[in-house]
Amino acid sequence: MAEIPAVLILVGLAAYTVLGGADFGAGFWELTARGKRGEALRNHTHRSMAPVWEANHVWLIFVLVMAWTCYPEAFASIVSTLTIPLFVAGVGIILRGAAYAIRAGVRSPREEGTVSLLFALSSILTPFALGLVVGGIASGRVPVGNAAGDEITSWLNGTALLIGALAVATSAYLAAVYLAADARRIGDADMESAFRARALGAGAVAGALALAGPFVLSSDAPDLYDGLTSGLGLVALVGSAVCGVAALALVSLRRFEPARYVAAGAVVAIVAGWGIAQEPYILPGELTLEQAAAGDATITAVLIGFGAGALLLVPSLAYLFGMVLTGRFDPAAPLPPGPAVASSGEAAAREATSLRTALLCGGVTAIGAAITFVTGGGIARWVGLALMLGGAVACFGAVATLDEGEGESPPSRRAVGD
Amino acid sequence: MVFELLAQTFGPVQQEYLLEARQMQALSFVAHIPLVCFGVAFPALVVFTEWRHHRTGDPVYRVLARRWSKIMLALFAVGVVSGTILSFELGLLWPGFMATFGDVFGLGFTLEGFSFFIEAIFIAIYVYGWDRLPPKVHLATGIPVIVTGLTGSFFVIAVNAWMNNPSGFTLDADGQAVDVDPWGALFGNEYLAHELTHMYVAAYIVCGFLIAAVYGWRWLKGHRGRYERKALTIALTAAAIATPVQMIVGDWAARTVAEEQPIKLAAFEDLQETTKGAPFTIPPGIEVPKMLSLLAFHDPNATVTGLDSVPADDRPPVGVVRSSFLIMVAAGMLLLAVAAWFLYFRVRHRRLPETPWFWRAVVASGPLAVIALIAGWVTTEVGRQPWVVYDFMRTEEAVTGAGGIPIGYATLAIVYASVLVAVIWVLRRLAAHPIEEDLETVPEARADG
Repeated sequence: MAEIPAVLILVGLAAYTVLGGADFGAGFWELTARGKRGEALRNHTHRSMAPVWEANHVWLIFVLVMAWTCYPEAFASIVSTLTIPLFVAGVGIILRGAAYAIRAGVRSPREEGTVSLLFALSSILTPFALGLVVGGIASGRVPVGNAAGDEITSWLNGTALLIGALAVATSAYLAAVYLAADARRIGDADMESAFRARALGAGAVAGALALAGPFVLSSDAPDLYDGLTSGLGLVALVGSAVCGVAALALVSLRRFEPARYVAAGAVVAIVAGWGIAQEPYILPGELTLEQAAAGDATITAVLIGFGAGALLLVPSLAYLFGMVLTGRFDPAAPLPPGPAVASSGEAAAREATSLRTALLCGGVTAIGAAITFVTGGGIARWVGLALMLGGAVACFGAVATLDEGEGESPPSRRAVGD
Repeated sequence: MVFELLAQTFGPVQQEYLLEARQMQALSFVAHIPLVCFGVAFPALVVFTEWRHHRTGDPVYRVLARRWSKIMLALFAVGVVSGTILSFELGLLWPGFMATFGDVFGLGFTLEGFSFFIEAIFIAIYVYGWDRLPPKVHLATGIPVIVTGLTGSFFVIAVNAWMNNPSGFTLDADGQAVDVDPWGALFGNEYLAHELTHMYVAAYIVCGFLIAAVYGWRWLKGHRGRYERKALTIALTAAAIATPVQMIVGDWAARTVAEEQPIKLAAFEDLQETTKGAPFTIPPGIEVPKMLSLLAFHDPNATVTGLDSVPADDRPPVGVVRSSFLIMVAAGMLLLAVAAWFLYFRVRHRRLPETPWFWRAVVASGPLAVIALIAGWVTTEVGRQPWVVYDFMRTEEAVTGAGGIPIGYATLAIVYASVLVAVIWVLRRLAAHPIEEDLETVPEARADG
C-alpha cells in the first residue's frame, strides 16, 4: 500500500522527463538557431511543441502533489533542504513560460533573438536544477527534518551534477529525435537532416555522460551504485543502455518514428532503475516509504481519485497525442468545411432573444437572490442559490443575445463587412 | 519511533523572515489569481461566442472567438507557470504545514491536478483545432475546458476552505495529524460552498470587466465597429450580471464567517469589545448604529464577538484585514454602478451607452475588479492569521528553516514584475493586429447586407 503512490510518482516523473523534457530540449536547440535557417528551425520547434506545451508541464505538478499528499514528511524534508535548486528551477520555469508566451508578440529579428535566448537559457537551467534535486535525493543527502540537510552540498556534489547534466543532454536528445520525426511527417527534408544531426550529437553526449556515471556514483553514492548494479536495478540500467544505443542506431538509419519510442524507453528505464535502486527508501538511509507514507485513509482516497482521474485523463491524452502524431494540427492538414449555417441577417434576427425572456430570467435570478438573502441555511438556501445562479446563467444568455432594437445606429452596424 | 523523530525535527524552527515568507507567498497568489479568473471564466465566454457564430452565421463572432481563444491559451500558459510556482512554494516556504497536514488536504490538489491536466489538454485541442476539427466537434471540445475550470476551482477552494475551517483529523500528543478523513475534511466542509461560489462569480466579474476595459479603451480611441460592440456586449453582460449576484454571495460568506471565525469578522470592523447591536464605521468615520450586527447576523441586536475575546497573539493584523475588506466592498459597489449603467442601456435601449464617461468607467472597472479580487483574498487569508490551519497550526510553526528568504523574495518580485510587463506588452501586440485581416480568413464569410 505504502509503495503504490511511489510507483505512480515515478510514472509521472518518467512522463515528465519524456514529454516535458523534450520541451526543454526543444528550447535548448534554439541556441543553435542562427541566421536564415535559424528562423526555420525555431518555427519548426514551436509548431511541433505548441499543442502539447501546457499538457506536458502539468506532469510536474502531478508529481509534486502526489509526493506531498502521500509522503508529506519526506516531501517537506526534500524541499526544505534542496531549497536552492528548487527555487532556481522555479525561476527557470517562470522565465521559460514567459518567453514562450511573449514569442507570440515579437516582430523584428532582434526581438526574436532576445526572446529565443531567454527561452533557451531557461530551458537549460530548469532541467539542470531539477536534475540536481534528483541527485540530492538519490545520493542520500536529504535527512528528515525542516531544512535539516546542508543547503549547499546537498546539491553541489558529483551525483547531482551528473544527473543535472544528464537531464539536459537527455532532454536535448529526445527533443531532436521527436523534431526529426515531426519534420519527416510534414516532409521537411531540411529540418529532418538538421535534427537528425543534432540527435546524433546529443545522443553521443548523453551516452558519454551515462558511461561516466558508474565512476561518479561508485565513490559519491555507493548505495545508489550498488542498487543500480545488482538485481532488477541492473536489468533497468542495461535496458536503458540497450534502448539508448538502439535509438541512436534508428536515428542514424532515419527511422525516426520508432526511434521516438525507443529513446523514450531509455529514459523510462533509468527512472524505473532509480526507484528500484533506492527501494525501500524514499530518503536513502533515512526514511523508508513505509515510514514516510500517509495513513491508509489518505492513500486509499488518493488512489480512488487517481483511478477516477485517470479514466478521464487517459482518453483525453490519447485524443490530443493522436491528433498531434497523425498530423492533424500540421499546417498542411486539410480544412474541414465551415459551419453549416445560413449566414444571413435573418438567421441573426431569428436567433435573438425577446425582452420578455430576458426579464423573465432576471425575475428568476432576483427571486433566487431574495431567498438566498433571507434564509439562514438548509434546503431553502440551496433552492435560492440554484435559482439565483441558474437564473444568472440564463440571464447572461438572454441579455447578450437581446434583439438589437432601433437604438443601434445603422452606420456602426455596418462598420465591418460591407 | 519515526513519528517521535518527526515531531522533534518538524517542531517550530527559528525563522527570522516569517513576514517575508508570507509576503512572498502572497505575491505569488497575487500573480496567479487573476490568471485563474481567466482559466475559469474565459472559456465559457469564448465557447458562447463560437456557439453564437454557429447559430447566426455572423462571421464577427467567429473572429472574436478565435482571437479570444488565442489570448485564453496564452494566459493559461502563464497560469500553468504561476500555478507550478505555487506548488513549489507550498513546500519551499511551509514545510511544517506540508509535513503535518499534507496527507489531510493533499487529496484536493491531487484531484485538482487531474482537472488542470484535462483543462490543459482540451484548451490546446480547442485552440489548435480551429479549422482542423469539424465545427460541431470543435465547439464540443470547449465544453471540457469550461467544466474543468469549475472543478479545478472546486478542488483548490476545498483546500482553502479546510484551512479556514479545518476538520477531518485529530492531532495526537506529538502534533501529528491522525485518524485522517480526507474526503470529509475537504468536501464535508461548511466553508466550501460559499468560498467556491464567491470565487467562481468573482472570476466572471474580473474576466468580464478586464476584457471590457481593453475594448473600452479601444472604444475611446474611436474603434467602435461591430466587432468591438459584440466583444463589449458579451464581456460586460457577463460581468454586469455576476456583480449583483456577488453581493448576495458575499453576504452569505460574511454570515458564515461571523459564526465560524468571529475574530476574523471582528477584524473587518476593528471591533475591540464584544458588543450587542454593534455599529459599522464607514470611513472617514461615519458610524452606522447596529449596522455590523445587521450585516453579520441579519439582526440589528445580535451580539458580535470582539477582538479582545482572544489573546493578542491570536488576533490577525487588524489594519490590513479591515482596509482590504473596505477596499473590496467599495470596489464592489463601484463595479455595481457600472454594471447597472450597462444593463439599463442594454435592456432598455438595446445599445451601449454613448457618453465617454461610461467608457472611462469601463476602462477603470478592469483594474478595479482585480483590486476587489485581491483585496477579498487578503481579507480572508490575512484574516486567518496567525493561523495557517485555523486554531491548529500557526504560520510560524509551518515556515521553513532554510535561509535566504529575502533573496528569494526579491528575486521573485523582480521576475514577476518583468513577466507582468512582458505579458502586457504581448497582449498589446496581439490586440494591435488588424481585425479586417482576420475577417478575410473566415470561410464562407458572407457579410450581412
